[in-house]
Amino acid sequence: MSLLTIIVAALFYFAAVIFLTGVLYRVWLYAKVPAPLKIATTPAPVTRWGVVLRMFREVFFFESLFKSNKLLWILAALFHYGLALVLFRHLRYFLDPVPLVVQLAQPFGKYASFAMIIGLLGLWARRFLIDRVRYITAPSDHLMLALLVLIGLSGALTTFVAHTDIVALKQFTMGLLTFDLKPLPGDPLLVIHLLLVATLMIVFPYSKLLHGVGVFFSPTRNMVDNPREQRHVASWARKLELEEENS
Amino acid sequence: MAKANFEVPEITGVTEVPPIQPDSMAHLETFRAKPEFMEALGFPGEMPEDWKEKAIEAMGDMLKKYRSFQVFLDSCVKCGACTDKCHYFLGTADPKNMPVARQDLLRKVYRRYFTLAGKFFPKLVGAVDLTEEVLHDWYNYYHQCSQCRRCSVFCPYGIDTAEISMAAREIMDRIGVGDKYCNEIIGKVFRIGNNLGLPEPALADTLEGLEEDVYDDTGVKVRYPLDEKGAEILLVTPSADFFAEPHVDGLMGYGKVFHEAGVSWTLSSYASEAANFGMFIGSYENMRKVSLRIRKAAIDLGVKRIIFGECGHAWRVAYAFLNTLAGPFDFLDPKYPVPQHILEFTWEQIQAGKLKLDPSANDDMVVTFHDSCNVARATRMGDKPGGQFEIPRNVIKAVCNNYVDMPDGTIREATFCCGGGGGLLTDDLMELRVKGAKPRMDALKAATEEHGVTHMAAICAICKSQFTKVIPYYGFDMDQIVSVHQLVSNAIILTGQNEGGEEEESEEDAA
Ligand code: SF4
Ligand code: SF4
Repeated sequence: MSLLTIIVAALFYFAAVIFLTGVLYRVWLYAKVPAPLKIATTPAPVTRWGVVLRMFREVFFFESLFKSNKLLWILAALFHYGLALVLFRHLRYFLDPVPLVVQLAQPFGKYASFAMIIGLLGLWARRFLIDRVRYITAPSDHLMLALLVLIGLSGALTTFVAHTDIVALKQFTMGLLTFDLKPLPGDPLLVIHLLLVATLMIVFPYSKLLHGVGVFFSPTRNMVDNPREQRHVASWARKLELEEENS
Repeated sequence: MAKANFEVPEITGVTEVPPIQPDSMAHLETFRAKPEFMEALGFPGEMPEDWKEKAIEAMGDMLKKYRSFQVFLDSCVKCGACTDKCHYFLGTADPKNMPVARQDLLRKVYRRYFTLAGKFFPKLVGAVDLTEEVLHDWYNYYHQCSQCRRCSVFCPYGIDTAEISMAAREIMDRIGVGDKYCNEIIGKVFRIGNNLGLPEPALADTLEGLEEDVYDDTGVKVRYPLDEKGAEILLVTPSADFFAEPHVDGLMGYGKVFHEAGVSWTLSSYASEAANFGMFIGSYENMRKVSLRIRKAAIDLGVKRIIFGECGHAWRVAYAFLNTLAGPFDFLDPKYPVPQHILEFTWEQIQAGKLKLDPSANDDMVVTFHDSCNVARATRMGDKPGGQFEIPRNVIKAVCNNYVDMPDGTIREATFCCGGGGGLLTDDLMELRVKGAKPRMDALKAATEEHGVTHMAAICAICKSQFTKVIPYYGFDMDQIVSVHQLVSNAIILTGQNEGGEEEESEEDAA
């Protein structure tokens, strides 16, 4: 087993642990903090089911962003849908046999990386061209975009230019999953791609990438508009009431 | 046109997004509350030595109590979708008035003290230590946010800058840094029962005067009762309704509607205020204390229903928070939602055919409607989402023949704040109030030019006060602002009313 294989494998295990614990910690934290008041942004659904639909539109169609800014919506959609397809295509490295849908998505998945990169470059350009967006941009915003663009580019290059030994790669990824290490093809582009992805996984829980978790917990979006019908009291607020009754 | 010692923006009918002008509003700092007023609300009177530690501690406490605060501070991706949505940014061009930048004033401190990235790589993620300068920015710019929630409509994660502003004000109050306007007013509510400090005799006097006015106008004895035990309905209305113009014309209207509906009702001198500035300063405890007065009044007077008069943030606290803060209201009649909005009541009466209306009484006006931010984006009327837009319009259309909307994108959920909400309705913030009204003024101008609009109806005491004060800066006339129930009042024909005895005053105003 080459040193490279061991390093990359170790890094991936480390990244996976950080990613999972980090995200789970955030989920736990958000779930634990009470929302003491009903603050849905109205008009809001009056039933739980309506809220599920609202959230669905928000997560899959970026409804609010669409209302806000069409160009930004297009760029965000290019990037996120592109990324989703690319990730879906990557399932073929982790499933054996490869399910039919993943096989069918293969040709789209390949080109989705272009959509993803174009979207990212567009988002990046806004950070230079629009004075308001330039004003709110921190160095980390540029770094995050750079990281994502590089991941996209290195991935696309291994697919379209410097082909990787897919069979060996799959043996490696399956080996990671089954804790039975197999050698990683020592292809520089591939190694770069993997290192960048591991970096992304590590920074994810500590950065704004957390928005992917936050959106589900956003009280203005996930609360049912029924304050008159159902009394809503947080645990710490209940204590205020009890203290009074006892005093 | 009113005079100003600052530049009044020019209105064109279309609100353009201005190029940013950093620090253009950095000079505007609202007056600080005196120690006695801070202490009355349970806050320290002065800044303690260790104010930094105390502020960080307060922030940590809020993070544990408010999911919105925690999630919103973490989730922003700096996409910029909200940057052109705030009326204060559009009117002042100060980039710190962009919602995301306003949040960042707090977020950068949160990052520094509460996140790994900010602890280890502050420069990289824009995290900073809490310093006097930062605090100064907090004070200035969190008092340049009217908590109108327009930004939250457009943010892909629903980040509501209002929540951040409220939390920021609470954090500042906890280190003895509070603003005079809000905190003094809350103190008045605790001492006297309303924001204006009107004691019971003054209220009784005013209401008696109203009864006389209505009698002179119509020949009908419409009652405006105060503290009447056993009445069916407790009306809680903003205290501005007792004397400010055009608010009081709305109050006359409520009385006429109740009269024609044949229900008994009363005001309470103990809970003579619908407004609840506890929300503006983000203080759950103070908001709750103010709300509990309404519960107590309802119990003491033995009423069966609670109805709120025309007020924006008051309706938010009433509709969305009252049940939480002062409930359960199981002692009231379960047939009716608690509380109800006066427009819900009036619209029901109109639908039931209980009111005799003559819309031609308002024929001298072409009316448009200003959706109040809190009503539009934080509450509902009726049982369907969006009832808060339809019911006021339905009522207006039932009492006016000429109604038109202002341009899309400036009404309903995208409505622009009047510029004076969120506890900013004070003269020392006049520059902000005038500039912040610009987007609404643009829309009004467009409606005026396209449809000949003569009057803008509002359902919020703050909107009404703010508009009557600032629209003269833009070349409009203060009499162009009307209460929705003033329109109702004009059109209603009371049973047994004198022929030709309809009210004349608004017609004179319009001429
Ligand atoms: S729209 Fe939301 S996520 Fe985007 S910059 Fe504004 S607050 Fe942040
Ligand atoms: S809540 Fe309203 S005033 Fe405050 S930042 Fe958002 S849009 Fe501006």
